[in-house]
Amino acid sequence: MKNLTTLLLLMILSFGVRASEGVKLQEADVDVGDKTSLLRGAKHFVTYCLGCHSIKQVRYLRIALDTHADEKEVLKDIAPFGASIYDQLHSAMNKHDAEKWFGTQPPDLSLVARSRGADWIYSYLKSYYTDKNRPFGVNNLVFEDTAMPNPLWQLQGEQHEVIRKTIYGDRIDLVLDKEGVLSEEEFDIMVNDLVTFLVYVGEPAQLERESMGKYVLIFLFLFFGLAYLLKKEYWKDIH
Amino acid sequence: MKPSRLNDCGEWVLDRFPLASLWKDHMTHYYAPKNFNFWYFFGSLALLVLVNQFLTGILLTMNYKPDAKLAFDSVEYIMRDVSWGWLVRYMHSTGASAFFIVVYLHMFRGIMYGSFKHPRELIWIFGMLIFVALMAEAFMGYLLPWGQMSYWGAQVIISLFSAIPVIGDDLSLWIRGDYVVSDATLNRFFAFHVIAVPLVLVMLVFMHIVALHEVGSNNPDGIDIKKLKDKDGVPLDGIPFHPYYSVKDIAGVGVFLIFFATIIFYMPEMGGYFLEHANFIPADSMKTPEHIAPLWYFTPFYAILRAIPDKFAGVIGMGGAIVVLFLLPWLDRNPVRSIRYRGGIYKKALALFVISFIALGYLGTQPATPVMTNIARVFTAIYFGFFLLMPIYTRWEKTKPVPERVTVELSLEEQIPALIEAFEEITELNPVSEDNSQHPAFRSVFFSRRPNAEGIRKVTTRLAKKLKESLD
Repeated sequence: MKNLTTLLLLMILSFGVRASEGVKLQEADVDVGDKTSLLRGAKHFVTYCLGCHSIKQVRYLRIALDTHADEKEVLKDIAPFGASIYDQLHSAMNKHDAEKWFGTQPPDLSLVARSRGADWIYSYLKSYYTDKNRPFGVNNLVFEDTAMPNPLWQLQGEQHEVIRKTIYGDRIDLVLDKEGVLSEEEFDIMVNDLVTFLVYVGEPAQLERESMGKYVLIFLFLFFGLAYLLKKEYWKDIH
Repeated sequence: MKPSRLNDCGEWVLDRFPLASLWKDHMTHYYAPKNFNFWYFFGSLALLVLVNQFLTGILLTMNYKPDAKLAFDSVEYIMRDVSWGWLVRYMHSTGASAFFIVVYLHMFRGIMYGSFKHPRELIWIFGMLIFVALMAEAFMGYLLPWGQMSYWGAQVIISLFSAIPVIGDDLSLWIRGDYVVSDATLNRFFAFHVIAVPLVLVMLVFMHIVALHEVGSNNPDGIDIKKLKDKDGVPLDGIPFHPYYSVKDIAGVGVFLIFFATIIFYMPEMGGYFLEHANFIPADSMKTPEHIAPLWYFTPFYAILRAIPDKFAGVIGMGGAIVVLFLLPWLDRNPVRSIRYRGGIYKKALALFVISFIALGYLGTQPATPVMTNIARVFTAIYFGFFLLMPIYTRWEKTKPVPERVTVELSLEEQIPALIEAFEEITELNPVSEDNSQHPAFRSVFFSRRPNAEGIRKVTTRLAKKLKESLD
């Protein structure tokens, strides 16, 4: 009885939390078939994310096979020094250290694109702003009080939030204070590549799945056509 | 082997096993009414999906690990490293939803054409038992991927048992095998999902079909075809199931598979309805997801549960929503089976029931805000009203005369000329002007006709009148 009450209460409370998260997401332009974008995304992931986050469900070999890239090139350009082609994308971070530093373990990102969605990740990575009250000096518009520092701040530059009053209520905009290493367009492309890679690792089979689907459907249409003609032939004497 | 030896072997078997007479009784000499329409595909399709679930399920167990530490990763292993594992898994997950779509349509057919009435009450009861077993099967299967929704969905539903007075807490503890959903729960659910419930399902499906073949199939006119027979004892309006309905069902299978394959290959998550987004996060007993919603096929019943303010009453309401379906053959007091010859009051009641079922299904996926809960209460009242008031309103019904012989409707392709006619009525020919008529693009049918306001009004009024008449 008590369990149920707490559960139902938690559910009601969680709706409130959900409502406050209602930030309009920016749309990512994901094309998993774009192999160069995938490889760039893989490289960005290893450079900027692998320090803390693993992708334990995917091996470097799979990335090489799916992008038709040379295994040696993948090891040289993408994988960290000393990794084997059969290794999964494991982070070297000690989980006890991680808990000490961030208060929580950085989650494995194998399926983050399937649970959060591409647009959410895209918007999240672009929505950091300076906030002196947070331990790392940044906060996030999409995920308030996130435990993750902004790994891309050098590239994007620093943003701060501006609250504008409109007839629909307050609107929060992020304004760039200091230019980063990349221009705004370059940064968008970079984040988009990263998101494309995460969408790919969420389901590597999607490349195969979508290319195979049309043949299956063509077969089924032919099958139906034949079955329909057969039915008509059998039924022509039924009135 | 020589043909004669082969024949001898065949004879040897037939002397000992009634294969020939089984085939004859249930296929070539089982007479089904000749006027089955679109709604009659879903029984054979349900059987197809059942076989699909068995075959893909067996393949999945070869690589799945029923262990709280390994389950989630073993599913991802199937999705990534097992050859064709992704296809098998999507066939199984999409098959689960397809099963409910097919079964809901199959049940609606039964309600619409009165297939549950005398003498088919037992077929309906077996069918309802299949439905209950199917819900148990789906619920327990959903725990196996061990994602957040698997875990918390099971947590919420098993907690419902604790609302039962006196024995509730002990009962839910007994079901879980632990104080929270845990490895023990996962293991027993695996056993039930893989062995126990499928065995029950197969037995029930067998009895469902045996009972059907004993009394014979109903039809869209709801009349008894066995009343009028020719001199050989063959019903005048009956045709042998094989080959007529076997070839027809194969064409139906083709259409079904086109939809099924489209979902598997292009939208396996179905926007979060067939595979929920939050279920791609491994189960975590310390983190409750933002919004716990069961899969779409349970949402009408979940909405009823939430609509009733008291917890125990809610559980009773949810169970009652299924129990009333069992009672349907005795709640409906009208001897006329088919909706075609029933009174307007029943047609309107059925329409309201369908609306309330779909609305409850939608509300069950949404967060329970006060407004939504109130709307759900109204629809819950309509849902129960349809069944519980049935003994009263079916007595007032003014039914239409039921014909002696089955009527044959126009088939889909025979309706095409009427559709073309209607299209010509709602559009008119574009007046040809000098400047654009020369351009080749304007010579196509699309550009040569334009909407005709007068025609659209006429067709709409005709359709509205037809709709009103069909509800009388």
